[in-house]
Amino acid sequence: MATVIIPTPLRKFTNQTARVQIEAGTIGEVIDQITLDFPELKKHLLDQQGGIRSFVNIFAGDEDIRDLQKENTPVNNSTIISIVPAIAGGSF
Amino acid sequence: MSYQDLEFTREELARYNRHIIIPGFGEEGQKKLKAAKVLIIGSGGLGSPALLYLTAAGVGTIGIVDFDVVDDSNLQRQVIFDIREIGKPKVEAAKRRLEALNPHTRFILHNTHLNSGNALDIIKDYDVVADGTDNFPTRYLVNDATLILDKPNVYGSIFQFEGQVSVFNYVNEKGERGPNYRDLYPTPPPPGLVPSCAEGGVLGVLPGIIGSLQALEVIKVITGIGEPLSGRFYTFDALNFDSRTFNIKRRDDNPVNGKNPTIRELIDYEQFCGMRAVEEKPAKEITARDLYDWQVKGKKFKLIDVREPSEYKIVQIGGTLIPLSTVLEHTDEIPNDMDVVFLCKSGVRSLKAIKELEEKFAFNNLYNLKGGILAYIDQVQPQLTRY
Repeated sequence: MATVIIPTPLRKFTNQTARVQIEAGTIGEVIDQITLDFPELKKHLLDQQGGIRSFVNIFAGDEDIRDLQKENTPVNNSTIISIVPAIAGGSF
Repeated sequence: MSYQDLEFTREELARYNRHIIIPGFGEEGQKKLKAAKVLIIGSGGLGSPALLYLTAAGVGTIGIVDFDVVDDSNLQRQVIFDIREIGKPKVEAAKRRLEALNPHTRFILHNTHLNSGNALDIIKDYDVVADGTDNFPTRYLVNDATLILDKPNVYGSIFQFEGQVSVFNYVNEKGERGPNYRDLYPTPPPPGLVPSCAEGGVLGVLPGIIGSLQALEVIKVITGIGEPLSGRFYTFDALNFDSRTFNIKRRDDNPVNGKNPTIRELIDYEQFCGMRAVEEKPAKEITARDLYDWQVKGKKFKLIDVREPSEYKIVQIGGTLIPLSTVLEHTDEIPNDMDVVFLCKSGVRSLKAIKELEEKFAFNNLYNLKGGILAYIDQVQPQLTRY
Protein backbone atom coordinates (compact mmCIF):
# COMPACT_ATOMS: atom_id res chain seq x y z
CA MET A 1 0.00 0.00 0.00
CA ALA A 2 1.22 3.48 -0.82
CA THR A 3 1.72 5.93 2.05
CA VAL A 4 0.17 9.38 1.92
CA ILE A 5 1.60 12.09 4.16
CA ILE A 6 -1.12 14.50 5.25
CA PRO A 7 0.09 18.04 6.00
CA THR A 8 -0.79 19.52 9.39
CA PRO A 9 -3.41 21.98 8.06
CA LEU A 10 -5.41 19.09 6.57
CA ARG A 11 -5.11 16.67 9.47
CA LYS A 12 -8.28 17.97 11.04
CA PHE A 13 -10.05 16.23 8.15
CA THR A 14 -8.24 12.90 8.69
CA ASN A 15 -8.89 12.50 12.43
CA GLN A 16 -5.39 13.95 13.03
CA THR A 17 -3.80 11.05 11.16
CA ALA A 18 -0.47 12.10 9.63
CA ARG A 19 0.14 9.04 7.43
CA VAL A 20 -2.56 7.17 5.59
CA GLN A 21 -2.07 3.82 3.80
CA ILE A 22 -3.92 3.53 0.49
CA GLU A 23 -4.22 0.57 -1.86
CA ALA A 24 -4.02 2.06 -5.34
CA GLY A 25 -2.21 1.87 -8.66
CA THR A 26 -2.06 5.53 -9.63
CA ILE A 27 -2.06 8.94 -7.96
CA GLY A 28 -5.59 9.49 -9.29
CA GLU A 29 -6.79 6.33 -7.54
CA VAL A 30 -5.04 7.39 -4.34
CA ILE A 31 -6.93 10.68 -4.40
CA ASP A 32 -10.24 8.99 -5.19
CA GLN A 33 -9.77 6.61 -2.27
CA ILE A 34 -8.54 9.15 0.26
CA THR A 35 -11.41 11.54 -0.47
CA LEU A 36 -13.81 8.63 -0.06
CA ASP A 37 -12.25 7.70 3.27
CA PHE A 38 -12.15 11.33 4.38
CA PRO A 39 -14.89 13.20 2.46
CA GLU A 40 -14.04 16.58 3.99
CA LEU A 41 -10.64 16.47 2.30
CA LYS A 42 -12.28 16.66 -1.08
CA LYS A 43 -12.94 20.38 -1.30
CA HIS A 44 -9.39 21.06 -0.16
CA LEU A 45 -7.77 18.81 -2.75
CA LEU A 46 -10.06 19.00 -5.78
CA ASP A 47 -11.75 21.80 -7.65
CA GLN A 48 -15.33 21.62 -8.87
CA GLN A 49 -14.23 19.89 -12.07
CA GLY A 50 -12.47 17.21 -10.02
CA GLY A 51 -8.96 18.41 -10.91
CA ILE A 52 -6.24 18.84 -8.31
CA ARG A 53 -6.36 22.38 -7.00
CA SER A 54 -3.58 24.65 -8.19
CA PHE A 55 -2.57 25.62 -4.66
CA VAL A 56 -2.05 21.99 -3.69
CA ASN A 57 1.01 20.10 -4.85
CA ILE A 58 1.28 16.35 -4.87
CA PHE A 59 4.67 14.73 -4.87
CA ALA A 60 5.38 11.06 -5.54
CA GLY A 61 8.64 10.47 -3.73
CA ASP A 62 10.65 13.64 -4.32
CA GLU A 63 9.04 14.50 -7.67
CA ASP A 64 6.11 16.77 -8.49
CA ILE A 65 3.47 14.68 -10.24
CA ARG A 66 3.13 17.51 -12.79
CA ASP A 67 6.63 16.49 -13.94
CA LEU A 68 5.63 12.80 -14.04
CA GLN A 69 2.33 11.58 -15.46
CA LYS A 70 0.09 13.80 -13.31
CA GLU A 71 -2.90 11.79 -12.00
CA ASN A 72 -1.78 8.80 -14.05
CA THR A 73 1.55 8.60 -12.24
CA PRO A 74 1.90 4.98 -11.09
CA VAL A 75 2.36 4.22 -7.41
CA ASN A 76 3.46 1.06 -5.65
CA ASN A 77 3.85 -0.19 -2.09
CA SER A 78 6.97 1.82 -1.47
CA THR A 79 5.69 5.11 -2.89
CA ILE A 80 5.46 7.96 -0.43
CA ILE A 81 2.97 10.56 -1.58
CA SER A 82 3.14 14.03 -0.05
CA ILE A 83 0.32 16.54 -0.20
CA VAL A 84 1.75 20.04 0.18
CA PRO A 85 -0.72 22.94 0.14
CA ALA A 86 0.34 26.57 -0.12
CA ILE A 87 0.75 28.25 3.25
CA ALA A 88 1.50 31.92 3.71
CA GLY A 89 2.23 32.58 7.36
CA GLY A 90 5.29 34.43 8.50
CA SER A 91 5.02 37.90 9.82
CA PHE A 92 2.19 38.40 12.26
CA MET B 1 32.54 49.13 -5.63
CA SER B 2 33.41 45.47 -6.07
CA TYR B 3 33.69 43.30 -2.98
CA GLN B 4 37.37 42.70 -3.76
CA ASP B 5 38.13 46.35 -3.11
CA LEU B 6 36.73 46.20 0.43
CA GLU B 7 39.12 46.20 3.34
CA PHE B 8 38.28 45.01 6.83
CA THR B 9 39.39 46.80 9.96
CA ARG B 10 41.25 44.79 12.57
CA GLU B 11 38.08 44.85 14.65
CA GLU B 12 36.04 43.35 11.81
CA LEU B 13 38.62 40.68 11.13
CA ALA B 14 38.42 39.66 14.78
CA ARG B 15 34.63 39.73 14.81
CA TYR B 16 34.25 37.61 11.67
CA ASN B 17 37.16 35.30 12.44
CA ARG B 18 34.93 32.21 12.81
CA HIS B 19 33.64 32.77 9.28
CA ILE B 20 36.97 33.66 7.75
CA ILE B 21 38.67 30.50 9.00
CA ILE B 22 36.05 28.21 7.40
CA PRO B 23 37.69 26.54 4.40
CA GLY B 24 36.02 27.75 1.23
CA PHE B 25 34.43 30.76 2.93
CA GLY B 26 37.41 32.86 3.90
CA GLU B 27 37.88 36.59 3.73
CA GLU B 28 36.39 36.54 0.25
CA GLY B 29 33.07 35.18 1.51
CA GLN B 30 33.05 37.74 4.28
CA LYS B 31 33.75 40.56 1.85
CA LYS B 32 30.88 39.41 -0.34
CA LEU B 33 28.60 39.62 2.70
CA LYS B 34 29.84 43.12 3.50
CA ALA B 35 29.25 44.26 -0.08
CA ALA B 36 25.75 42.74 -0.19
CA LYS B 37 22.42 44.50 0.13
CA VAL B 38 19.66 42.28 1.48
CA LEU B 39 16.00 43.21 1.81
CA ILE B 40 13.97 41.45 4.50
CA ILE B 41 10.25 41.78 3.87
CA GLY B 42 8.40 41.41 7.17
CA SER B 43 10.25 41.71 10.47
CA GLY B 44 7.97 39.30 12.34
CA GLY B 45 8.33 35.61 13.09
CA LEU B 46 10.51 34.78 10.07
CA GLY B 47 12.14 38.18 9.75
CA SER B 48 13.31 38.23 13.40
CA PRO B 49 15.81 35.36 13.21
CA ALA B 50 16.74 36.19 9.61
CA LEU B 51 17.59 39.79 10.59
CA LEU B 52 19.49 38.77 13.71
CA TYR B 53 21.63 36.17 11.94
CA LEU B 54 22.29 38.21 8.79
CA THR B 55 23.29 41.22 10.89
CA ALA B 56 25.50 39.08 13.10
CA ALA B 57 27.01 37.49 9.98
CA GLY B 58 28.11 40.87 8.70
CA VAL B 59 25.86 41.64 5.75
CA GLY B 60 26.79 45.21 4.81
CA THR B 61 23.39 46.67 4.07
CA ILE B 62 20.05 45.37 5.30
CA GLY B 63 16.67 46.83 4.35
CA ILE B 64 13.62 46.08 6.48
CA VAL B 65 10.03 46.40 5.25
CA ASP B 66 7.24 46.40 7.81
CA PHE B 67 4.29 48.68 8.44
CA ASP B 68 3.33 47.26 11.82
CA VAL B 69 4.00 48.23 15.43
CA VAL B 70 5.25 45.85 18.12
CA ASP B 71 2.47 44.18 20.08
CA ASP B 72 2.80 42.12 23.24
CA SER B 73 1.30 39.12 21.41
CA ASN B 74 4.23 39.23 18.93
CA LEU B 75 6.80 38.41 21.59
CA GLN B 76 5.86 34.70 21.69
CA ARG B 77 7.86 34.28 18.45
CA GLN B 78 9.28 37.60 17.21
CA VAL B 79 12.50 37.35 19.19
CA ILE B 80 14.05 40.54 17.85
CA PHE B 81 11.68 42.65 19.99
CA ASP B 82 11.23 43.05 23.73
CA ILE B 83 8.66 44.62 26.01
CA ARG B 84 10.32 48.05 25.88
CA GLU B 85 9.39 48.26 22.19
CA ILE B 86 5.65 47.58 22.51
CA GLY B 87 3.68 50.15 20.55
CA LYS B 88 6.70 51.29 18.53
CA PRO B 89 7.16 50.76 14.78
CA LYS B 90 8.72 47.36 14.15
CA VAL B 91 11.32 48.63 11.69
CA GLU B 92 12.63 51.12 14.25
CA ALA B 93 12.57 48.61 17.11
CA ALA B 94 14.42 46.10 14.92
CA LYS B 95 17.03 48.67 13.97
CA ARG B 96 17.72 49.54 17.62
CA ARG B 97 18.30 45.88 18.45
CA LEU B 98 20.40 45.19 15.35
CA GLU B 99 22.59 48.27 15.66
CA ALA B 100 23.51 47.12 19.15
CA LEU B 101 24.46 43.77 17.60
CA ASN B 102 26.64 44.95 14.73
CA PRO B 103 27.82 48.52 14.21
CA HIS B 104 29.30 47.55 10.82
CA THR B 105 25.91 46.97 9.20
CA ARG B 106 23.89 49.78 7.64
CA PHE B 107 20.10 49.61 7.93
CA ILE B 108 17.53 51.09 5.60
CA LEU B 109 13.99 51.24 6.96
CA HIS B 110 10.82 51.01 4.89
CA ASN B 111 8.02 51.64 7.38
CA THR B 112 5.27 50.91 4.88
CA HIS B 113 2.94 48.30 3.41
CA LEU B 114 4.62 46.73 0.41
CA ASN B 115 2.21 47.16 -2.50
CA SER B 116 2.13 47.20 -6.29
CA GLY B 117 2.83 50.93 -6.26
CA ASN B 118 6.04 50.86 -4.22
CA ALA B 119 7.44 47.32 -4.48
CA LEU B 120 9.68 47.79 -7.54
CA ASP B 121 11.06 51.01 -6.17
CA ILE B 122 11.88 49.47 -2.79
CA ILE B 123 13.30 46.17 -4.09
CA LYS B 124 15.37 47.49 -7.01
CA ASP B 125 18.36 48.61 -4.93
CA TYR B 126 18.91 45.24 -3.24
CA ASP B 127 20.80 42.13 -4.36
CA VAL B 128 18.72 39.50 -2.56
CA VAL B 129 15.22 39.49 -1.09
CA ALA B 130 14.00 37.31 1.79
CA ASP B 131 10.24 37.01 1.91
CA GLY B 132 8.85 36.61 5.42
CA THR B 133 5.43 38.09 4.83
CA ASP B 134 2.24 36.56 6.12
CA ASN B 135 -0.33 36.61 3.35
CA PHE B 136 -0.85 35.35 -0.20
CA PRO B 137 -1.24 38.71 -2.00
CA THR B 138 2.16 39.88 -0.72
CA ARG B 139 3.74 36.51 -1.55
CA TYR B 140 2.72 36.85 -5.20
CA LEU B 141 3.65 40.54 -5.21
CA VAL B 142 7.16 39.82 -3.91
CA ASN B 143 7.50 36.94 -6.36
CA ASP B 144 6.51 38.95 -9.40
CA ALA B 145 8.53 42.00 -8.38
CA THR B 146 11.68 39.89 -7.95
CA LEU B 147 11.08 38.29 -11.37
CA ILE B 148 10.63 41.68 -13.03
CA LEU B 149 13.75 43.05 -11.32
CA ASP B 150 15.75 39.81 -11.75
CA LYS B 151 16.52 39.26 -8.06
CA PRO B 152 16.76 35.98 -6.15
CA ASN B 153 13.94 35.53 -3.62
CA VAL B 154 14.61 33.43 -0.52
CA TYR B 155 11.17 32.20 0.42
CA GLY B 156 10.01 30.93 3.81
CA SER B 157 6.50 30.25 5.02
CA ILE B 158 4.93 28.73 8.10
CA PHE B 159 1.60 27.58 9.43
CA GLN B 160 0.99 25.95 12.81
CA PHE B 161 3.64 23.17 12.77
CA GLU B 162 4.51 23.25 9.07
CA GLY B 163 7.31 25.20 7.41
CA GLN B 164 8.42 25.64 3.79
CA VAL B 165 11.65 27.03 2.31
CA SER B 166 12.92 27.53 -1.23
CA VAL B 167 15.15 29.86 -3.22
CA PHE B 168 13.25 31.31 -6.17
CA ASN B 169 14.50 32.90 -9.36
CA TYR B 170 18.11 32.00 -8.65
CA VAL B 171 20.51 32.03 -11.59
CA ASN B 172 23.35 29.54 -11.13
CA GLU B 173 26.91 29.85 -12.41
CA LYS B 174 25.87 28.19 -15.69
CA GLY B 175 23.28 30.93 -16.21
CA GLU B 176 20.35 28.59 -15.60
CA ARG B 177 17.40 30.25 -13.89
CA GLY B 178 15.52 28.30 -11.22
CA PRO B 179 11.76 28.13 -10.68
CA ASN B 180 9.68 30.62 -8.67
CA TYR B 181 6.58 30.70 -6.51
CA ARG B 182 4.22 30.78 -9.50
CA ASP B 183 5.81 27.61 -10.85
CA LEU B 184 5.20 25.94 -7.52
CA TYR B 185 1.74 27.33 -6.81
CA PRO B 186 0.12 28.88 -9.91
CA THR B 187 -2.79 30.35 -7.95
CA PRO B 188 -3.50 31.02 -4.29
CA PRO B 189 -6.24 29.32 -2.28
CA PRO B 190 -9.51 31.23 -2.19
CA PRO B 191 -9.87 33.41 0.92
CA GLY B 192 -11.29 31.52 3.85
CA LEU B 193 -10.15 28.04 2.81
CA VAL B 194 -6.77 28.33 4.53
CA PRO B 195 -6.76 30.11 7.87
CA SER B 196 -4.08 32.71 8.62
CA CYS B 197 -1.59 32.34 11.46
CA ALA B 198 -3.63 34.90 13.38
CA GLU B 199 -6.53 32.44 13.32
CA GLY B 200 -4.76 29.09 13.01
CA GLY B 201 -1.83 29.80 15.30
CA VAL B 202 1.85 29.00 14.97
CA LEU B 203 4.32 27.38 17.35
CA GLY B 204 6.83 30.09 18.27
CA VAL B 205 9.97 28.03 17.63
CA LEU B 206 8.96 27.14 14.07
CA PRO B 207 9.50 30.60 12.54
CA GLY B 208 12.82 30.62 14.41
CA ILE B 209 13.85 27.50 12.49
CA ILE B 210 12.46 28.52 9.11
CA GLY B 211 13.66 32.14 9.34
CA SER B 212 17.15 30.87 10.24
CA LEU B 213 17.10 28.61 7.18
CA GLN B 214 16.24 31.67 5.08
CA ALA B 215 19.25 33.48 6.56
CA LEU B 216 21.39 30.47 5.68
CA GLU B 217 20.18 30.48 2.08
CA VAL B 218 20.69 34.25 1.78
CA ILE B 219 24.32 33.77 2.85
CA LYS B 220 24.76 30.93 0.32
CA VAL B 221 23.25 32.99 -2.49
CA ILE B 222 25.55 35.94 -1.68
CA THR B 223 28.77 34.03 -1.17
CA GLY B 224 28.22 31.26 -3.71
CA ILE B 225 29.14 28.52 -1.23
CA GLY B 226 27.36 25.17 -1.39
CA GLU B 227 24.16 24.49 -3.30
CA PRO B 228 21.39 27.03 -2.77
CA LEU B 229 17.91 25.55 -2.39
CA SER B 230 17.00 26.47 -5.97
CA GLY B 231 14.85 24.02 -7.92
CA ARG B 232 14.17 22.34 -4.61
CA PHE B 233 11.42 22.85 -2.09
CA TYR B 234 11.98 22.01 1.56
CA THR B 235 9.14 21.22 3.93
CA PHE B 236 9.39 20.68 7.67
CA ASP B 237 6.75 19.16 9.90
CA ALA B 238 7.79 20.12 13.42
CA LEU B 239 5.20 17.84 14.98
CA ASN B 240 6.61 14.60 13.54
CA PHE B 241 10.06 15.98 12.81
CA ASP B 242 9.54 15.03 9.22
CA SER B 243 11.56 16.99 6.69
CA ARG B 244 11.44 16.45 2.95
CA THR B 245 13.10 18.12 -0.01
CA PHE B 246 11.19 17.96 -3.28
CA ASN B 247 12.38 18.77 -6.78
CA ILE B 248 10.54 21.58 -8.52
CA LYS B 249 10.84 22.90 -12.05
CA ARG B 250 10.04 25.95 -14.11
CA ARG B 251 6.77 25.79 -16.04
CA ASP B 252 6.11 26.94 -19.58
CA ASP B 253 2.74 28.35 -18.56
CA ASN B 254 4.15 30.65 -15.87
CA PRO B 255 2.37 33.95 -16.63
CA VAL B 256 5.36 36.09 -15.64
CA ASN B 257 8.37 34.28 -17.07
CA GLY B 258 7.05 31.23 -18.94
CA LYS B 259 6.89 30.75 -22.70
CA ASN B 260 4.12 33.27 -23.31
CA PRO B 261 4.15 35.76 -20.47
CA THR B 262 0.93 37.67 -19.93
CA ILE B 263 1.97 39.58 -16.81
CA ARG B 264 4.65 42.17 -17.55
CA GLU B 265 4.07 44.55 -14.68
CA LEU B 266 2.75 44.30 -11.14
CA ILE B 267 -0.98 43.64 -10.87
CA ASP B 268 -3.66 44.04 -8.19
CA TYR B 269 -2.70 41.13 -5.92
CA GLU B 270 -5.66 41.42 -3.58
CA GLN B 271 -7.92 40.96 -6.55
CA PHE B 272 -5.74 38.13 -7.89
CA CYS B 273 -6.12 36.39 -4.54
CA GLY B 274 -9.88 36.81 -4.67
CA MET B 275 -9.99 39.20 -1.76
CA ARG B 276 -11.73 41.92 -3.68
CA ALA B 277 -13.93 39.66 -5.77
CA VAL B 278 -17.29 41.15 -6.63
CA GLU B 279 -19.91 39.41 -4.57
CA GLU B 280 -23.54 39.27 -5.55
CA LYS B 281 -24.72 40.33 -2.14
CA PRO B 282 -22.20 41.78 0.27
CA ALA B 283 -22.88 41.30 3.98
CA LYS B 284 -24.12 44.30 5.92
CA GLU B 285 -21.43 45.96 7.97
CA ILE B 286 -21.37 48.03 11.11
CA THR B 287 -18.42 50.14 12.26
CA ALA B 288 -17.02 49.90 15.77
CA ARG B 289 -18.22 53.43 16.52
CA ASP B 290 -21.78 52.67 15.40
CA LEU B 291 -21.79 49.49 17.46
CA TYR B 292 -20.69 51.48 20.50
CA ASP B 293 -23.46 53.93 19.74
CA TRP B 294 -26.00 51.08 19.77
CA GLN B 295 -24.57 49.84 23.07
CA VAL B 296 -24.68 53.16 24.89
CA LYS B 297 -28.11 54.09 23.52
CA GLY B 298 -29.52 50.75 24.71
CA LYS B 299 -30.72 49.70 21.26
CA LYS B 300 -32.25 46.22 21.20
CA PHE B 301 -29.83 43.97 19.32
CA LYS B 302 -27.80 40.84 19.87
CA LEU B 303 -24.00 40.63 19.76
CA ILE B 304 -22.45 37.28 18.83
CA ASP B 305 -18.74 36.59 19.21
CA VAL B 306 -17.53 33.78 16.91
CA ARG B 307 -13.95 33.62 18.21
CA GLU B 308 -12.50 30.73 20.21
CA PRO B 309 -12.99 30.50 24.00
CA SER B 310 -9.25 31.14 24.54
CA GLU B 311 -9.55 34.45 22.69
CA TYR B 312 -12.74 35.38 24.51
CA LYS B 313 -10.86 34.99 27.79
CA ILE B 314 -8.31 37.60 26.71
CA VAL B 315 -10.83 40.26 25.83
CA GLN B 316 -14.56 40.44 25.11
CA ILE B 317 -17.15 43.17 24.69
CA GLY B 318 -20.30 41.54 25.94
CA GLY B 319 -21.06 39.25 23.02
CA THR B 320 -22.48 35.74 23.32
CA LEU B 321 -19.67 33.28 22.59
CA ILE B 322 -20.46 30.92 19.69
CA PRO B 323 -17.21 29.80 17.97
CA LEU B 324 -17.37 29.84 14.17
CA SER B 325 -17.18 26.05 13.87
CA THR B 326 -20.35 25.66 15.97
CA VAL B 327 -22.43 28.54 14.59
CA LEU B 328 -24.66 26.35 12.42
CA GLU B 329 -25.53 24.20 15.46
CA HIS B 330 -26.61 27.22 17.50
CA THR B 331 -29.07 28.93 15.19
CA ASP B 332 -31.63 28.85 18.03
CA GLU B 333 -29.51 31.51 19.75
CA ILE B 334 -29.62 33.80 16.73
CA PRO B 335 -32.83 35.86 16.75
CA ASN B 336 -34.52 36.94 13.53
CA ASP B 337 -36.66 39.67 15.05
CA MET B 338 -33.84 42.09 15.86
CA ASP B 339 -30.49 43.15 14.45
CA VAL B 340 -27.64 40.75 15.19
CA VAL B 341 -23.99 41.86 15.10
CA PHE B 342 -21.27 39.25 14.55
CA LEU B 343 -17.71 39.86 15.61
CA CYS B 344 -14.36 38.08 15.61
CA LYS B 345 -10.77 39.29 15.91
CA SER B 346 -10.50 41.17 12.62
CA GLY B 347 -13.77 40.59 10.79
CA VAL B 348 -12.99 37.59 8.57
CA ARG B 349 -14.47 34.75 10.61
CA SER B 350 -17.57 36.74 11.51
CA LEU B 351 -18.16 37.41 7.81
CA LYS B 352 -17.84 33.69 7.15
CA ALA B 353 -20.42 32.97 9.87
CA ILE B 354 -22.84 35.47 8.32
CA LYS B 355 -22.35 34.01 4.83
CA GLU B 356 -23.06 30.49 6.07
CA LEU B 357 -26.13 31.55 8.00
CA GLU B 358 -27.53 33.64 5.17
CA GLU B 359 -26.94 30.84 2.70
CA LYS B 360 -28.55 28.12 4.82
CA PHE B 361 -31.21 30.00 6.79
CA ALA B 362 -32.21 33.14 4.89
CA PHE B 363 -31.35 35.57 7.69
CA ASN B 364 -31.40 39.21 6.61
CA ASN B 365 -30.74 40.91 9.93
CA LEU B 366 -27.04 40.06 10.37
CA TYR B 367 -24.28 42.70 10.56
CA ASN B 368 -20.54 42.18 10.47
CA LEU B 369 -18.42 44.24 12.85
CA LYS B 370 -15.96 45.86 10.46
CA GLY B 371 -12.37 45.22 11.53
CA GLY B 372 -13.49 42.98 14.41
CA ILE B 373 -12.73 43.45 18.07
CA LEU B 374 -9.35 44.97 17.16
CA ALA B 375 -11.10 47.88 15.44
CA TYR B 376 -13.43 48.20 18.42
CA ILE B 377 -10.46 48.40 20.79
CA ASP B 378 -8.66 50.91 18.57
CA GLN B 379 -11.64 53.17 17.99
CA VAL B 380 -13.76 52.84 21.09
CA GLN B 381 -12.06 51.25 24.08
CA PRO B 382 -8.25 51.50 23.76
CA GLN B 383 -7.84 50.41 27.38
CA LEU B 384 -8.89 46.85 26.48
CA THR B 385 -6.25 44.17 25.81
CA ARG B 386 -5.14 43.70 22.20
CA TYR B 387 -3.74 40.36 21.09
